[in-house]
Amino acid sequence: MFCPEPMSHDPASTDQPHGFPPTRDSVLVELRSEDREKRERAWESLAAAYWRPVYCHVRLRWNASREDAQDLTQDFFLRALGGNFFEGYDPGRARFRTFLRTCLDRFLSNEQRDAGREKRGGGIVFLPIDVGEIEAELLTNGNPDPDPDQTFHREWIRGLFILAVDALRAECVAAGKEVQFSIFERADLLPVEGVDRPSYRDLAEEFKIPMTQVTNYLAFARREFRRLALERLASLCGSEEEYQSEARELFGVASP
Amino acid sequence: MTRLSDAALEHLRDVAEWPELTGNRYEIVGALGQGGMGTVFLARDRELEREVALKVLRAAASSPDTALRLRRESRILARLEHPGIVPVHDVGRLPDGRVYYVMKLVRGVRLDQYARAAVLTDLLRLFLRICETIGFAHAQGVVHRDLKPGNIMVGAFGEVLVMDWGIAKVGEEAGRREGGKADGNVDAKAADEADEDDATKTAPGTILGTPGFMSPEQERGDVEQIDARSDVYSLGAVLRLLVTGSEGQLAGLPAPLRPLRAIWRKAMAPIPGDRYASAQALAEDVARYLDAQPVDAYKEPLLEKGRRIIAKYQTPILLVLAYLAMRILFLVTRGM
Repeated sequence: MFCPEPMSHDPASTDQPHGFPPTRDSVLVELRSEDREKRERAWESLAAAYWRPVYCHVRLRWNASREDAQDLTQDFFLRALGGNFFEGYDPGRARFRTFLRTCLDRFLSNEQRDAGREKRGGGIVFLPIDVGEIEAELLTNGNPDPDPDQTFHREWIRGLFILAVDALRAECVAAGKEVQFSIFERADLLPVEGVDRPSYRDLAEEFKIPMTQVTNYLAFARREFRRLALERLASLCGSEEEYQSEARELFGVASP
Repeated sequence: MTRLSDAALEHLRDVAEWPELTGNRYEIVGALGQGGMGTVFLARDRELEREVALKVLRAAASSPDTALRLRRESRILARLEHPGIVPVHDVGRLPDGRVYYVMKLVRGVRLDQYARAAVLTDLLRLFLRICETIGFAHAQGVVHRDLKPGNIMVGAFGEVLVMDWGIAKVGEEAGRREGGKADGNVDAKAADEADEDDATKTAPGTILGTPGFMSPEQERGDVEQIDARSDVYSLGAVLRLLVTGSEGQLAGLPAPLRPLRAIWRKAMAPIPGDRYASAQALAEDVARYLDAQPVDAYKEPLLEKGRRIIAKYQTPILLVLAYLAMRILFLVTRGM
């Protein structure tokens, strides 16, 4: 298990690439825990972060129908919980998301081979999957032939960011900072193609606070969002090297 | 459940990369542009209530070496006090360790964009100011090494600003001059800067510059041979672009522009010794062209010389011809 370095706030400190979040329990370690409760919690975290890219991969790479893709996604995570899917993961050889995709392809290949031998999930829903939104994006995004690899990567980022946003919302509500979150939501979470984001002045008028407070609130929310996203990322990586590489790609490069 | 559109996703990735400035006098307004090493943001200086440009290392490019380079760039800019070079207001370090510096916000367009709608004589006068700025830097012992239209801005009032000194080469003499040895003592900052100069010194074989604008010695990574004449080469490439509108040679250049072609060819000679010795010498030849005088780089055929002289003295020649015509007319009518 690795321990990401704590964020340095000492201006005189040597040049660090950027602040890494404090230690967070690794999902990958807890997946192998003897403690069933810990294992289930880790599985939930893994599924929450990965169900989107997994679903898209099944749909695009394996040309599964919407219903089949939904069932296969459920099955994949169910097997991951009960079996030893990720036992062979070696952080020194590949990123975890690459390894997971290999496991997924192997799983789907076996499923295809055994098709009809046993009936799949039967529509029993146990993951909070809302594929309607993904389907709408996949089919109406103006891209009739989306690239499966790029889609997997994008959906992985989306899953991670959604977890971080949900965590930020919960933290803000608990701390009585709903206004901070609302401003973050208006400025950063709602942009759509072709529509201008509200200006600081617009937000100041809307929330009836000075413009400087808008920028302070936004700075706070963005900082916390970044911290929470990096925390979740760290928990989903197998090594510090993988984490650093993923973090740089996520926040340091404009496009994958 | 939270929904994030693709646009929101990209926006979040961008803003999460924005520098954390809580606790200091600047606040980020938005991103202006991104280079290989750093990102330039539009920021607001709360103390002076003005907008500034803030350049910070990109997290992905952040390393001790790039941090030293950015800090070095800020010091080079601070050293070069000239109307054609963007002044630096402040330098600092973010809580996450990244270096940033704050400079004047330049409102204008890139030279290549400006050139599309400008007339040649205006562009040539602009070029003279670019040469003057680079000549000043050379006099301070600084070679830019990445001159190209994308690094030259033209302001709202036609002012020229040479940007992006991130890979500039600082001569040893200039380093010593900045080293604070006037009284025989080297202060701590000077020693620190000397260390930085060592750390950021370009290793032989390193290729820095932009294809199409960098000199052959830069393309070879021949670091030792790079000097002011390397910038002269790049200035020649910029001149070519201003005249022809492209980076390539034009076969059918009109006769009046041939002296300019000779000028940029001389500036872009493969061997540094065959180029203009300085940016000033290059500017002087362009100025001669603007004054319709013969230029050093071009051996003028007699016919072209005649055309140039006629073009230059068009008005007096026309006056004399008109006088002569009137005189002849007068004599003829009187004789009748």
